[in-house]
Amino acid sequence: MSDTTTNGPLLSVEDLSITFPLDDERAPVVDRISFEMAPGEILALVGESGCGKSMTALAILRLIAKPGRIETHSRVVFDGRDILRLKVTQMRALRGAGIAMIFQEPMASLNPVQTVGDQVIEALRLHERVSTPAARDRAAEIFERVGIPDPRGRLKAYPHQLSGGLKQRVMIAMMLVVRPRLLIADEPTTALDVTVQAQILALLRELREELGMAVLLITHDFGVVNELADRVAVMYGGRIAEEGTRAEVLGAPRHPYTQGLLRSIPSLAHRGETLTEIAGTVPSLGLWPAGCRFATRCPKVFGPCNAEVPPAVRLSDSHRAACHEIAHEVRR
Amino acid sequence: MSWIGNIIVAVLVAGGAYVWIWARSNRLWREAMRALVRRRRIALIVLGVYVLIGLLDAVSWVGGDGVQGVAASEARSVIDRIFKPSIFREKSYSEPFARVEFVGGAALTFPGQHVLGTDILGDDVLYKTLKGVKVALLIGGLTCLVLIPLALLFGVSAGYFGGRIDDAVFFVMSTLASIPNLLLLIALIMALGKGTLQVCFALGVTGWVGLSRLTRAETLKLRELEYVQAARALGVSHPTIVMRHILPNLAHLVIITFALLFTGLVLSETILAYLGIGLDGSWGRMIDQARNELSRDPVIWWNIVAASSALFILVLCVNLIADALRDILDPRTLRERA
Repeated sequence: MSDTTTNGPLLSVEDLSITFPLDDERAPVVDRISFEMAPGEILALVGESGCGKSMTALAILRLIAKPGRIETHSRVVFDGRDILRLKVTQMRALRGAGIAMIFQEPMASLNPVQTVGDQVIEALRLHERVSTPAARDRAAEIFERVGIPDPRGRLKAYPHQLSGGLKQRVMIAMMLVVRPRLLIADEPTTALDVTVQAQILALLRELREELGMAVLLITHDFGVVNELADRVAVMYGGRIAEEGTRAEVLGAPRHPYTQGLLRSIPSLAHRGETLTEIAGTVPSLGLWPAGCRFATRCPKVFGPCNAEVPPAVRLSDSHRAACHEIAHEVRR
Repeated sequence: MSWIGNIIVAVLVAGGAYVWIWARSNRLWREAMRALVRRRRIALIVLGVYVLIGLLDAVSWVGGDGVQGVAASEARSVIDRIFKPSIFREKSYSEPFARVEFVGGAALTFPGQHVLGTDILGDDVLYKTLKGVKVALLIGGLTCLVLIPLALLFGVSAGYFGGRIDDAVFFVMSTLASIPNLLLLIALIMALGKGTLQVCFALGVTGWVGLSRLTRAETLKLRELEYVQAARALGVSHPTIVMRHILPNLAHLVIITFALLFTGLVLSETILAYLGIGLDGSWGRMIDQARNELSRDPVIWWNIVAASSALFILVLCVNLIADALRDILDPRTLRERA
């Protein structure tokens, strides 16, 4: 991978739609979402289960399993190339080397019958021609870098001999050994203890500084977002509800969904008060309202909400929210 | 023909040694082997004796031990050379350790030396029983050599790729499963001929459906596991994923099924023998021949007892080992032991 000298975005997702068959038609699980990521930036994609955030991540690697499909009007441009139009072999070369992904469940992310060293070496040799001893050295090096004690000895360990935190470190090592420019982290800390979580988050932050790689962080945990993210995109029902810098979205949320989410987090400043929740539940796929998908649960719902898809309103250079209410206010 | 047997023995011994060395170098397998030895020492020793007899019976060469007549021009195995069946024989039945013939009471040529007696033709029963070992091991081993690759090919490709391939494989499996197994087997053997290879091939072709279903289901599960997803996210190609991530994780299933199939196959040969399409020199054939003699009075029991005990002990040992293997290779218990 050559470094791009342009100042353009590293990744730009435009009009990404992912559909699944439902009854006789195709239901959009992700509906025309667009966002950009600068090199070295950490973008958090936040939302509850089923909002399409993991699907978005898989689509960037073109790993959507059948019967899911990325619609043809979508564009995902990585480093100047539209990856949805790459050949299969080109795509395979890009995976791992350009874009890598770590998964939620470190317990299941490693092959139980291979030593972790072999797995890291396999990842390295997929993309670079290196001799076995050199690959072993590189693997030990990256193990040391991700904070695995006794890296040389651990190369020979099997996954079941490692703790959850160590496994996640191995996973990160495996993905970083070829130095991707974008790392997709799908809930990297959900399955870990809180103390281990903090260590892994610190590690991701350090690695970002050191390697200059961008991180697309997928999570439903605002604590993690606050720790790590530069920018935040909040998803609801397959669309981006609000997007902005961490300070903008967490500090001054404008979309009713974001506001509701943040209000439902317990905080020490409001001890003893009843926690507010967002009324209702997420409608299942196919039962979404025609207009704004949050309309069925929104406290501020009015006229156009149920009929028209809300436009994304620019609130600042970096801050957007898709809401009729805000559009109405801004217009006035 | 004798050199083929010798080459096969050499290949088997070399292969066995290679697998042994490889398994010792790999921690997981070393642990598994140790656990197996600890739990099933006797069964393993007995099985080892069977294998040794089978191997001794497969190494053969012509001449060299002073046997005269027709036999001198044939390749004879180590077992043949020990027993010298053309000389070490009687004229008719004799009881184990008997000094006279069973019917009529004429003096024997080798009084008291036929440990398991002799059969209707005067052949030594112990010799015939030992000769059956090779046939039994061949039926089990060769058939699995046909059956397991077939089952893996169909099962893994159906499970991994899904869609049309899965449909096609399932169609073939359902079709095979809906034909009465024994009839298909007999038809195949009639069409192919009654040689060892042909019978093993027929058994293999009719028997792969069960293992194939198992591997398909397991592959379906493995395919969705995160390490397979992770491999794909790293840009690993499909064949490599299957070779490095799917097949090794099916190994325990294959080993256990092999052990269980083996006994099933050895037993099914006796049924084939009963139907008159068994292999020459097999225990099934011996039992089939001895069947009529059970109705005589006084009963002639040694020949059927010898063949069935040899069969029973082999099947019991392999079953015990398979059972222990199932415990040992279960991924859940694997994790606990480490």
